[in-house]
Amino acid sequence: MVMEKFISHTGTGIPLRRSNVDTDQIIPAVYLKRVTRSGFEDGLFAAWRSDPEFVLNKAEFKSATILVAGVDFGTGSSREHAVWALQNYGFKVVISSRFADIFRGNSLKGGLLTVILPQVEIEKLWAAIEADPTMSITVDLESKSVSYKNERISFDLDDYTRWRLMEGLDDIGLTMRNLGDVEKFEEKRANFKPKTLPVLS
Amino acid sequence: MGKTLAEKVWEDHVVRRTTGEPDLLYIDLHLIHEVTSPQAFDGLRLSGRKVRRPDLTLATEDHNVPTLDIDKPIADPVSRLQVDTLRKNCQEFGVRIHSLGDVEQGIVHVVGPQLGLTQPGMTIVCGDSHTSTHGAFGALAFGIGTSEVEHVLATQTLPLAKPKTMAINVEGTLKPGVTSKDIILAIIAKISTGGGQGYVLEYRGSAIRALSMEARMTICNMSIEAGARAGLIAPDETTFEYIKGRPHAPQGADWGAAIEYWKTLKTDDDAKFDKEIYLNADELSPFVTWGTNPGQGIPLNSEVPNPESFSDPEERTAAERALVYMDLAAGTPMKKIKIDTVFLGSCTNGRIEDLRAAAAIIKGKKVDANTRMMVVPGSARVRLQAESEGLDKVFLEAGAEWRSAGCSMCLGMNPDQLKPGERSASTSNRNFEGRQGKGGRTHLVSPLVAAATAIRGTLSSPADL
Repeated sequence: MVMEKFISHTGTGIPLRRSNVDTDQIIPAVYLKRVTRSGFEDGLFAAWRSDPEFVLNKAEFKSATILVAGVDFGTGSSREHAVWALQNYGFKVVISSRFADIFRGNSLKGGLLTVILPQVEIEKLWAAIEADPTMSITVDLESKSVSYKNERISFDLDDYTRWRLMEGLDDIGLTMRNLGDVEKFEEKRANFKPKTLPVLS
Repeated sequence: MGKTLAEKVWEDHVVRRTTGEPDLLYIDLHLIHEVTSPQAFDGLRLSGRKVRRPDLTLATEDHNVPTLDIDKPIADPVSRLQVDTLRKNCQEFGVRIHSLGDVEQGIVHVVGPQLGLTQPGMTIVCGDSHTSTHGAFGALAFGIGTSEVEHVLATQTLPLAKPKTMAINVEGTLKPGVTSKDIILAIIAKISTGGGQGYVLEYRGSAIRALSMEARMTICNMSIEAGARAGLIAPDETTFEYIKGRPHAPQGADWGAAIEYWKTLKTDDDAKFDKEIYLNADELSPFVTWGTNPGQGIPLNSEVPNPESFSDPEERTAAERALVYMDLAAGTPMKKIKIDTVFLGSCTNGRIEDLRAAAAIIKGKKVDANTRMMVVPGSARVRLQAESEGLDKVFLEAGAEWRSAGCSMCLGMNPDQLKPGERSASTSNRNFEGRQGKGGRTHLVSPLVAAATAIRGTLSSPADL
């Protein structure tokens, strides 16, 4: 898959004051039947969007590109459709104090930047966005920081992932460069390991 | 210093290790299904890549298939297209597939072990978070996203950061009526849905060693519900006995070589875990969830908790929300909760032992007049085995539905869904809002509690009958 480079993004935020937002909430299973990578925005937070008070339905947050969520975002099912739904809807960044492992991996593979900030910073960010939904927020990978108003908060991201995102590199292409190592490994794999083919009679 | 089991399996699969990069791990078995693979195959086609090792890849249809009328075309055209797409992709790329109607079709995590493809010391991945199930054999097995599915198809490897290790020590003896499902629900309630995040869990102790392979699979299956991508159990005689003679088990001289290696797969006495937690099996009783995440669980003999009882503000808010969604009042005895639908099945509890245990409770009794019970075997083989033992008749005579294999109401992707406001007692793994159908309410239970609940119409244990 071709990935866009991510160096810096500036946009407005949307506060999702909920913890434990599992991937079934991000996109319910009935929306997973498509065989493409696009069009999943209709399923994003589908159950909650029927409520006019739900934050995504509020006019002031319609053009937000940075989702600021509660702790344990993306738990549960491994469906990468959750990342695609967020991206298809227009989100570039999700900020939370803790992400589930599989969701985080999926997001960083697909170029949706997931940023971990302490819960106290999340609370401050929520309050600032609610006070001024037009407030501009910048998420910068070069300096690994989130900035808004006079605030500048650093976040951690391993150098390898950061480099890959900033270069827009495809993981498979990188591994393909090392196929020699894979071949060497395969030469010494134990014979007793099972094979799925040929089909048993 | 010695190594933990997870570290041993990890080290045995490192293809490439370079400073500043994640380890590149070799993948021994890649399981695929219709929902998380179509975009990965598309990616291969776009870049002109092949499946590197079709002989280490296996496909089955499970998430989106009907459990009734499986001899007819799939009614929903979008679902049909997804299943057809998997069949075409497997044909084009030379991958073995077990389609609807094939005797080896079933839930991917039931099929792998049943065929003997799941073996100790392997790395196993699948685009499904419950891949952790295979850890019951001492394999390092975890769920992956579709980008990673494409990566494994193309290279048979994955770049991965090494996880931390956590020991979960369960000592003692389970009381009658208490199962491995109750162990894992109690563990998740103790460490919460984020407690295992970043760790591989190793389940240890006398209570774990006493479990059958199928009971061990139930525990490892729900590791992800504690936030851990993988959970495993050291292989022992119980493991070897289960694998021996299965279609893909090592044979002849290979069996001896395999056993010799498998016996080395245990945590060394002087190894250190990053974290250890302890649970006393003697004190466990049947467990059930009251809320909307698997960590919101309590003993069946207790009451719906009061949100005020949670000191953590996040947990309190989550509990308040959960009680509104579940339409439950704090202080209500769990056993007073009426159940509309009982679902027995899924990769957590859809194996033959689960069906036997439930059938033994149901035999000669009737499902409550206001309750519906759906029994969905985890695989076509499990269904056949159950029928050869007469279990289908036990369920049908009690008034339950006897269906064909698939994920079914566990995730409500096919037509098997709860209606808004309906309440289920489910042997599956997730009680998320709307998981089993929009507006549906789920209580996670063991097969024994499911069976007793079906008869009484309220959450019950076999002891209540």
